[in-house]
Amino acid sequence: MFRNTYDSDNTVFSPQGRLHQVEYALEAVKQGSAAVGLRSKTHAVLLALKRSTGELASYQQKMFRIDDHVGIAIAGLTSDARVLSNFMRQQAMSSKMVFNRPIPVNRLVSSIADKAQVNTQEYGRRPYGVGFLVVGQDNGGPHLYEFSPSGNSYEYYAMSIGARSQSAKTYLEKHYESFADCSLEDLVRHGLHALRETLQQDKELNVNNTSIGLIGPKSEFEETEVPGGSFRILENQLVDPFLQTMIAKETAAEEADIAPAAAPSVTAAGDEDVTMAE
Amino acid sequence: MSQQPTQQSFNPYTENGGTILAIAGADFTVIAGDTRQSEGYSIQTRYAPKVFRLTDKATLAVNGFAADGNMFVKKVRQRLEWYRHAHAKDMPIRAIARLIQTMLYARRFFPYYVYNILGGIEEDGTGAVYSFDPVGSYEREACRAAGAAQSLVQPFLDNQIYFKNQTAAPGASFPKHLPLSTVLPLVIDSFTGATERHIEVGDGLEIYVVLANNSSSLQSLLNMRGIQELTATNDGERVFVIRKELKRD
Amino acid sequence: MDHFPTNWGRPRSEAFDAYGTYPIHQRPKTDSFSAGVQRTQQPIVTGTSVLAIKYKDGIMMAADNLASYGSLARFKDIQRLHPVGNNTVIGAGGDMSDFQYIQTILDELIIDEFTAQDGHSLGPAEIHEYLAQVMYARRTKMNPLWNSLLVGGFKDGKRFLAYVDLLGTTYTASTLATGFGGHLAQPLLRSAVEGKEDTLTEEEALAIIENSMRVLFYRDARSLNKYQVATITESGVKISESKSVETSWSFAEGIRGYGAQVQ
Repeated sequence: MFRNTYDSDNTVFSPQGRLHQVEYALEAVKQGSAAVGLRSKTHAVLLALKRSTGELASYQQKMFRIDDHVGIAIAGLTSDARVLSNFMRQQAMSSKMVFNRPIPVNRLVSSIADKAQVNTQEYGRRPYGVGFLVVGQDNGGPHLYEFSPSGNSYEYYAMSIGARSQSAKTYLEKHYESFADCSLEDLVRHGLHALRETLQQDKELNVNNTSIGLIGPKSEFEETEVPGGSFRILENQLVDPFLQTMIAKETAAEEADIAPAAAPSVTAAGDEDVTMAE
Repeated sequence: MSQQPTQQSFNPYTENGGTILAIAGADFTVIAGDTRQSEGYSIQTRYAPKVFRLTDKATLAVNGFAADGNMFVKKVRQRLEWYRHAHAKDMPIRAIARLIQTMLYARRFFPYYVYNILGGIEEDGTGAVYSFDPVGSYEREACRAAGAAQSLVQPFLDNQIYFKNQTAAPGASFPKHLPLSTVLPLVIDSFTGATERHIEVGDGLEIYVVLANNSSSLQSLLNMRGIQELTATNDGERVFVIRKELKRD
Repeated sequence: MDHFPTNWGRPRSEAFDAYGTYPIHQRPKTDSFSAGVQRTQQPIVTGTSVLAIKYKDGIMMAADNLASYGSLARFKDIQRLHPVGNNTVIGAGGDMSDFQYIQTILDELIIDEFTAQDGHSLGPAEIHEYLAQVMYARRTKMNPLWNSLLVGGFKDGKRFLAYVDLLGTTYTASTLATGFGGHLAQPLLRSAVEGKEDTLTEEEALAIIENSMRVLFYRDARSLNKYQVATITESGVKISESKSVETSWSFAEGIRGYGAQVQ
């Protein structure tokens, strides 16, 4: 398995000025099933594709509630995600304890980004093998952030992470300008369309493999009132009305009069050697 | 070595007055407290809540040293939030009761100077009241008063709820549970009475009502004026609060 | 609450403190090094009342400029109102060194918040919660910060006024007063303000505050006719220069029965 002199220790730069271990960690994110996030002026939503290891196994949890005003979708190592989400919950609760205020979303994301950065610099550590999409709301309205094991965090109008997420990204880049004024239902539909792009040929989105996370006022498909538009995760039958709004792929392509999205460039095969291209 | 006992002159406690009470019905619980906060002869504020909604099934009333009380409620709420993260549901009331015991007893040698009354709906749908002493001894009861006017209110409740010192008419017996329409006036009378005779009770009254799923008391409650619903989930239990004025003198 | 800060530690003793010089530092009866550390058991240099009310445009607060050393008027130009960020003022009675320590930790807090530069800032409610946590944590360590504090502010169109003291006790009301003011000024403030919070103009609010400060100066032996008034409104924090109220002592001539005059 040994491939490279600069592989074993994440604190050592390669002659090209790169930290290989950190880049492998980013690969771990790409191995995870996809998650998509997007936001409008009123809402921020997460959509994720759940995997199950087989007929007998349950689907892996892809979303976590951090606080009333924050939720995340993950791609990568679930165990690392649980450690980090636990830390985020602690941070959120400490803000409530000390200042009686919901923690500003950007600070929450920065706090885990700072933790991840330490793992790229200190001896004897390894980077986290997981990426997050974080949605939240605060005084500045709804937000969407991406967190990655490299210690970076950015805010986005729309973003996708995980396996074949480039296809979803292509969809989002095509449509993001309309998101700001979208209704919640339209926003989720765009999200589902983007998530669909990450599926393998013979697969499709259904109530079992799709999770939806919402922030903002309640949707017409939700029955209960949502005080303060707080974060909630929809699964199983609750997802169904949203799936029904999807427009079949061929029809969508015709309507938009565009060719289907280009085939994904990322190979998802797990065992394949990771090449350090220039 | 004869070391003189050094006088520790800072007293970390005070007493902020007020009274709380809770009564359990067959399928509801009423938890109430006045809103005056005082120290000595001074009224600090006329509105400082002592009753707090924890979940849709549980409400906690806290009386004694206000700073300890507020901190204690905050810590209980934190523990309930972690439970929600771990189990994706609200903690049942009997578990909250045991949690409160452990949290109080953890401070056995520097106690939270507060008397707690926990009221709500049990998993079997019955009304429940749990009362605690400051170091965590607790029991489930049908009714309990605590705080400054406990000595005025509890005997009244013993008489009216438990029918102590009353004799049933020949051939008749006392009911085990009273209906909400009887309990609410008893609560209000308890507080107007305590306000009249105790200087630390008054200003405002907050009455929380927790109803079990499909409680028969729902209709009569919704007809009350000024009632406010605080229910947050779709689990079936419903929480309401009724606010009333008490004398301010 | 006992509003004499000097009594917050232990009762005043006529036996060894006939002239009210207490709390001049006393050498402890036992070896003070045996405990290793000394904690605040009594306030030393103290400030008296702080007043605060809600009015139409925000919050108005007042505190005089005196810091006493027992019965000695030791410092006569101490500022007891302190701005915290752009929307908050805190005012303190009790130990002035503890108060100045609180000022430094709050200033650090505000600098940290400012340095984040992310559009979020701490309002009066957050500052009050933080202060309450600090005060409660210190009392729990049996090492209190010997103050009673008022926190007043205005942010996002909302007024905020609350109290916190050395025990961590908190409350809010439309009029608040610490120290002697809790006895002498609070009744005046309540009757002048309650129910009129949304209509009182700044001039009317100032008249109410001035009148209360006058009463306090007449009756509180640890007060000074030199005080500052702070307003916190939509337009931010303003703390006035030191000022005084008109007083009249002519009635004193007619008083008989004590002092040099016997008949």
